[in-house]
Amino acid sequence: MASDQASTPPRLPEIQSHDLPQVIVLHPPPVFNYFKDLFSKKFHLLKAWESSLPRHEFLTNHAHSAQAMLCSGTGPPISADIIRLLPSLSLVVTTSAGLNHIDLTECRNRGISIANAGEVFSEDVADLAVGLLIDVFRKVSASDRYVRHGLWATKGDYPLGSKLGGKRIGIVGLGSIGFQVAKRLQAFGCNISYNSRKRKDFVSYPFYTNVCELAANSDVLIICCGLTEQTRHMINREVLLALGKEGVIVNIGRGAIIHEKELVQCLVQGEIGGAGLDVFENEPDVPKELFELDNVVLAPHMAVFTTESFKDLCDLMIGNLEAFFSKKPLLSLVMNE
Amino acid sequence: MDSITVLMTSPMSDYLEKQLKDRFNLVKLWAYSPKTDFFKHNSHSIRAVVGNTKIGADAELIDSLPELEIVSSYSVGLDKIDLRKCQEKGIRVTNTPDVLTDDVADVAMGLMLAVTRRVCECDRFVRRGLWPKGDFRLTNKFSGMQVGIVGLGRIGSAIAKRAEAFGCPISYYSRSEKPETNYKYFSNIIDLAVNCQILVVACALTEETHHIVNREVIDALGPEGILINIGRGSHVDEPELVSALLEGRLGGAGLDVYENEPEVPEQLFGLENVVLMPHVGSDTVETTDAMADLVIKNLEAHFLKKPLLTPVV
Repeated sequence: MASDQASTPPRLPEIQSHDLPQVIVLHPPPVFNYFKDLFSKKFHLLKAWESSLPRHEFLTNHAHSAQAMLCSGTGPPISADIIRLLPSLSLVVTTSAGLNHIDLTECRNRGISIANAGEVFSEDVADLAVGLLIDVFRKVSASDRYVRHGLWATKGDYPLGSKLGGKRIGIVGLGSIGFQVAKRLQAFGCNISYNSRKRKDFVSYPFYTNVCELAANSDVLIICCGLTEQTRHMINREVLLALGKEGVIVNIGRGAIIHEKELVQCLVQGEIGGAGLDVFENEPDVPKELFELDNVVLAPHMAVFTTESFKDLCDLMIGNLEAFFSKKPLLSLVMNE
Repeated sequence: MDSITVLMTSPMSDYLEKQLKDRFNLVKLWAYSPKTDFFKHNSHSIRAVVGNTKIGADAELIDSLPELEIVSSYSVGLDKIDLRKCQEKGIRVTNTPDVLTDDVADVAMGLMLAVTRRVCECDRFVRRGLWPKGDFRLTNKFSGMQVGIVGLGRIGSAIAKRAEAFGCPISYYSRSEKPETNYKYFSNIIDLAVNCQILVVACALTEETHHIVNREVIDALGPEGILINIGRGSHVDEPELVSALLEGRLGGAGLDVYENEPEVPEQLFGLENVVLMPHVGSDTVETTDAMADLVIKNLEAHFLKKPLLTPVV
């Protein structure tokens, strides 16, 4: 009688995942939907969301010696409480350009480095900002709806839009994304001004020290800055009224930079001319009042959702982690300003 | 000049109508029915025609107006005007170039971005309440896509300038090569279509360019290719375009013009890779007023025996 074990084929040696460097992941970033395998081939992913343990227990029991974390704008904020459960943590890599979900003070105090998405999707975000702006000015989505409902033949020509050329564009935040937006809109004959934390020497666009003054001198505001304590609800009723009844606002930054209730009120009451929005205060909830409006274009936080950006992002995240574990300089280290 | 009778062919602009009424004896073609009544009462007094993209000045109209001196078109396109007949009869023709170039180029860019990044589809996605059920999917990146322009005139050049700011390599097919540009020239439209990802129709509609985008060109553009038409509907073999889109042989289309406006093929209404605008290329408050002003200035110049501002013939 041959034993069962004798008939089992010998197991080939395989790389044990615990030989790979550990990376904590609290919640799968969107890039995992497409490229998770590229990460799990190189790193031992400590997947908190797959554990039945509550998060703090999982981290305490399993992540004690983990040095690196991969996070994104979706998922739980990387708070001081979480950081304090991770004594070996010295790198946080985020798949976003934004850092508002990370307790930067705690990281600084602990000497934890942060790497973000750098400039990997600045072009894609700028493209969407311009696409939303043209859509609002020239009623692309609204007139497409009109045609699809068969109204062109029955109701006649669509109402006139507004010319983009010659309009004054106020860019809020002239970082990598803001600069790409400016470059594109200059080619449309627009005039660019900006407000930023600091004046930028490498551009000759007029600089405004405060966003209300920028709004008063602009036909369009494009929000390209990050969300911080200073920028939360920075675009409020006062700024919107300064922008004026013909003014248009485009937001591809973070929803909370704009006081959303006041924005909705201004749009509904006709205090501003229109809006193109990719981000909202309480995603995926979008104020229902906006659905009634033809001068508003809505997108589901998809400015970075291109196959090219996701692949580039994946390469950058993996590149940062590999650099860290081989003690080489990070590819997209966030420097304190 | 209110003794001069001017015929307006269709209700193209309230502002233009008012300007014409203030300055001339305005006759509105659409106020008459049937058309024969109109010809009986007015044909001998009309000295100018103001036409547009819907109704211009064809041979029949020109022949019925023995005192016609000038056709001032509220458009840059001349496809609705019998230019040869005007030339034969010494009738002047003016159009509205330059003032609408930027707006039409902006719509071309808006269509390119809307199709590649699915802006209209996203807007529908949010309005239908689909976002709470899951994220939107990935689209293609627009910046850096190869853009091929058919007709590198004023509008084609303005489109090229904008697309360049997005890092798009520009190529073109035109009646003549433009060596002063850095863009890559192709001597025929098939080669252009093979070598670009987005094909933009920006040329004038003539006998030669009728159906210039046919099955062969659509096949060359291919299942990843995108067609943008801000020229005239008849530049494109519309039934071929529709079946290519339905069958997935063409990647997408952004259209502002159609063969039989205001009819738009209904089979396109269910497609997400298509953006449909109702011939609004120059439809902004600023530009329509500027176009109207140019029509008026040309008419006044003619009747004051001064040089025309934007003569074609």
